[in-house]
Amino acid sequence: MDIIITGLLLGGTYALMAMGLQLQYGVARIMNLANGEILVAGAFGTFWFYSATKFSPLYSLIFLIPLAFVANWAIYDVLIRPLVRRAKSQGQLEVDSILATFGISFIFVGGLLAVFGGEYLSYSYLARPIFILGEPYGLNRIAAFIGAIVLCASLYIWLHKTRAGLALRAVAVNPSAAGLVSINVPRASALAFALGGAVAAAGGSLLSMFLTFDASLGVVFTLKALVIVIMGGVSDIRGAIIASFILGLAETTVATLVDPGLTLAAAYVLFLAILLIKPEGLLGRRSS
Amino acid sequence: MSSVEAGQDAKPSTVTQIIRDLREAAVLTGAERRGLTAAAVVTAAWACLPFISDGYLLSLGISITIFAGLATSWTLFSGPTNYISLATAAFFGIGMYIVAGGVNLLPYPVLILIAAIAGGLFAALIGLATLRIAGVYFVIFSLGLAELVRQVVSWGQHVMGTSSGLYVLIDRSDSAFFWQLLVLTIVVYLVSWWIGRSRLGFALRIIGNDEVVAVHCGINTARAKVVLFVISSTFAAIAGALVAPRWSYVEPTLAFSPFLSFQVVIMSLLGGVHRLWGPLLGVIPFTILWEFISAKFPSQTTLLLGVAFLLIVYFIPHGVIGLIEDLMKRRGGLLNSLRAMLKKDGGK
Repeated sequence: MDIIITGLLLGGTYALMAMGLQLQYGVARIMNLANGEILVAGAFGTFWFYSATKFSPLYSLIFLIPLAFVANWAIYDVLIRPLVRRAKSQGQLEVDSILATFGISFIFVGGLLAVFGGEYLSYSYLARPIFILGEPYGLNRIAAFIGAIVLCASLYIWLHKTRAGLALRAVAVNPSAAGLVSINVPRASALAFALGGAVAAAGGSLLSMFLTFDASLGVVFTLKALVIVIMGGVSDIRGAIIASFILGLAETTVATLVDPGLTLAAAYVLFLAILLIKPEGLLGRRSS
Repeated sequence: MSSVEAGQDAKPSTVTQIIRDLREAAVLTGAERRGLTAAAVVTAAWACLPFISDGYLLSLGISITIFAGLATSWTLFSGPTNYISLATAAFFGIGMYIVAGGVNLLPYPVLILIAAIAGGLFAALIGLATLRIAGVYFVIFSLGLAELVRQVVSWGQHVMGTSSGLYVLIDRSDSAFFWQLLVLTIVVYLVSWWIGRSRLGFALRIIGNDEVVAVHCGINTARAKVVLFVISSTFAAIAGALVAPRWSYVEPTLAFSPFLSFQVVIMSLLGGVHRLWGPLLGVIPFTILWEFISAKFPSQTTLLLGVAFLLIVYFIPHGVIGLIEDLMKRRGGLLNSLRAMLKKDGGK
């Protein structure tokens, strides 16, 4: 029971993280290997905000989300768009964007190391126990879970109930056909990329409330987000949400029963299972 | 040899392919023989390095030799196929750990052999799981692989109750060490050269150009990719095993540092991945630059290398060798470029 609830709480934040990556990969078609670093940057931002002002870390989202949005828009405009223009084929773009974002991830790590140093950081916020079914859970975990669910839900509603959201989903289905119905595809891609980055930073901010982190942790989160997106199926947000909870549960099980240092192994086991059994994802359809 | 079998699936469907294939299998041409002689001379000169210097220059030479081997074996798989492997550090670390763990139990050469086999088997498992499916799964899988192996090794040490750092005390002079690595690098080059001429190498280039076409040509794409990935990773594991005594102290965070994978990719790209000698042109300047950066800005290395990486991806996408070829084409005008096209040995 303990494992299930902790796992579900963790899954909530993972769902947010994966939604960010899915916007970037599904709509903008950029495999962003720097996603985890943006998340870690968000965590550092919140850490800095909380230690400087002592306001609730949740308030840091007010400036972190717009900031990350603008920063990621700039990254897309300056660094990714030339690659999109240069690419002769989807495969070429994939290789180039993987390499470019891999480079960007190292720049992020280097920047964070230069500013914050290489130590493990954490802060104590709402570190009070709260009892659910007689078991104690950290209040900060629950606050992060609620924050993540609120953000996920608003993003989901935005994507499904507004014109702009519809345009984004159309680009995800077929970029060239979306262009034919007068959707500005390059702009929609930039928007999706920026939004994805903002969501990742928000996820990092929430995770920082209960996790210890350091500058080099990004790659682990990138990998987890990628595993979730693949497991859920690239085109379906619902699949990603289910996958997030599966990963949250699997990780918590491994951490509780085996060793807390092996969480990445849990992600890899799930990854292998999905590759061997159903490579198109839980809710994905077989394309060819 | 399994590699030859894999190549036999490449049934050429058109006359031009048959001709290309025959040319590839033909005996050495004059140009190739000259190239080989030149390579042998340069290698022999390089091997004399320990006689000239035994200090800083030799240690730089050792770095260049290691990275030349690693980058070329990386290119062997990732160059023609475009499947980018970010997992060199995982195999390198495995090789290193096998030596570190067994140094008191078994003789060193046996450990190197075990490291090669273990690296190869591990690569085969990963290849069988991820390379059967086209797409980015392989890249993603390789991204966190070094970190995964590091976590598992740390956990294993924790369970067995050994300390996380291990000492590898094998007495080797720097010169002997240098020659050992040089032999490995020469083997890497010879194998790469041979594969480049074989049907297997040809099959890989088709896969890199268009995997669907490759399947329709009757190439067993999965087998070709797995075989090459295994060969490439085995070399990385052997390199790790050879380097272990030089480090003398082996620890998970050092052995599986993602930096190594990063360096290997960046050097190969800088040099150019479509020619056998390409990576070498990246390794030499980059190793020297790296020495300079890590001496001058020890705390900004990650940042500066990220910037260097981006510059390479944006401005020299085909590497130094691509630049040189472009320059030669422009200089020589139409006639020479036509001649170059005719002479092109299917390198890309």
